[in-house]
Amino acid sequence: MQYMLLLHHDDTPFAAASPQDQETMSAPYMAYNEALIKAGAMVSGERLQGASSATTVRVRDGRTEVLDGPFAATKEQLGGFYIIEAPDLDAALNWAARCPSANYGTVEVRPIWPTR
Amino acid sequence: MATGVERARAAAEAAARQSYGRLVAYLSARTRDLAGAEDALADAFAAALSRWPETGVPDHPEAWLLTVARRRSIDQQRRRMTGEAGQAHLRLIGEELEQEMAREKFPDDRLGLIFACAHPAIEAGVRAPLILQAVLGFDAATIASAFLVSPSTMGQRLVRAKSRIKQAGIPFRIPEKAELGERLSAVLEAIYAAFSEGWTDASGAESRRRNLASEAIWLGRLVVDLLPGEPEALCLLSLMLHAEARRPARRGPSGEFVPLSEQDTLLWDAGLIGEADALLQRAGALDGIGRYQFEAAIQSAHAARRFAGRTDWAAIATLYAGLMTLSASPVVAVNHAVAVAYAGALEQGLALLDAIDDTRLNEYQPYWAARAELLTLSGNLAEADKAYQLAIGLETDLAVRRFLKRRRGDAASRSGQVSG
Repeated sequence: MQYMLLLHHDDTPFAAASPQDQETMSAPYMAYNEALIKAGAMVSGERLQGASSATTVRVRDGRTEVLDGPFAATKEQLGGFYIIEAPDLDAALNWAARCPSANYGTVEVRPIWPTR
Repeated sequence: MATGVERARAAAEAAARQSYGRLVAYLSARTRDLAGAEDALADAFAAALSRWPETGVPDHPEAWLLTVARRRSIDQQRRRMTGEAGQAHLRLIGEELEQEMAREKFPDDRLGLIFACAHPAIEAGVRAPLILQAVLGFDAATIASAFLVSPSTMGQRLVRAKSRIKQAGIPFRIPEKAELGERLSAVLEAIYAAFSEGWTDASGAESRRRNLASEAIWLGRLVVDLLPGEPEALCLLSLMLHAEARRPARRGPSGEFVPLSEQDTLLWDAGLIGEADALLQRAGALDGIGRYQFEAAIQSAHAARRFAGRTDWAAIATLYAGLMTLSASPVVAVNHAVAVAYAGALEQGLALLDAIDDTRLNEYQPYWAARAELLTLSGNLAEADKAYQLAIGLETDLAVRRFLKRRRGDAASRSGQVSG
């Protein structure tokens, strides 16, 4: 099965950090990516620009509304995602627990809708 | 004495139930489609319950059930398919299946199924109902009446949980050693929840709820059979058997409530107590101690009254103190305080009771009843009367209410007061 790991965390400390500190903070993700690839579990994964760069769009009654800012105004914001291949939920939860974001934010695990 | 017909029915039910759970587990283990497996077996299970009491349990009950289930679905297919070729094809499939069924041995995946039902990704409140349905074949209405919720609510919760198992990919397997402890405790908790629901109905007026206690024991035995080296599983079964052994003594001849301390020990089931104590001993020889081990040991200490003639409250107080180190439950704290008081330290017991700081106790009948008893013993009859009044107001079981009223009257007459 494929699962998406949605990484929610407070991204302000990262944004405020010096480039050098940002590199240090990114190191655990590099190691995590390596582990996913080595296990053959990595399908894809991306880090997103900070929530302050988000724009939301919705169309109501034929009118397009564009708003600056993320969908929900909460402290923990979607900061990135992985799509992984895992045999079952337990395996996916294991990967989620190893994700660096789980230590300071929350990782949501969602099965991908099967299309076949 | 059970008649031959009753025995045949009981044997058929037991065999059907064993087979039903195995087949649900077998059919859903790979697909994780619990609802689909249940649908496929529903008719077959009903047919077995009506036919096996007459014909006897077949040599291969699982094969029988699976054959009937497949035949029904082929019948349904047949209605959709027309033409000679289709008919012949279906007949062939049917014959092949029956041959295959007769020799196939089914792996027992029931424990994996139970672990899926009690997975942390499944809402805690629906785990016990889900196990009862998936492993024992209870319908939603029966489970709903046992758990005192509406059938439609229970039906929805079960459907939601099943689709969650399928969609989220919850595995049907026994967890690895590292997480087995935590996951097993969720399973045991669900079984204990089912038992407690059945146990609450002491009068046995609602047979569905009483059955729940025996079903929980059946599940407890199943887990012990499949995981014989897990002390907490052994101790949960021991605990349930101890409680079950006292069932005949819990009510008097006219249905009145009889508290543990006044029960006629000759009415206790010695066979069950023996089995329960043997399980506790087996667990004691294994590594690790948990809440059920303390709870089973407490029950065993109560059961020892039938030989000793008196209850060793000091030992019980020590066991509750041990249990408190594992569980912060206010209920355990109340029982500990009572045991300390009965062990001879009445004032200390009352002080412990006072020291429990938990607002949930305000609506907990046993807390007020215990308080009333201890206050009566200490001679504080005015306060005791208030506590009895609260306990009576909180109790819904009529027999227990009558008992508490009698106690309240006894206490009041000691002081010459008239209870209001």
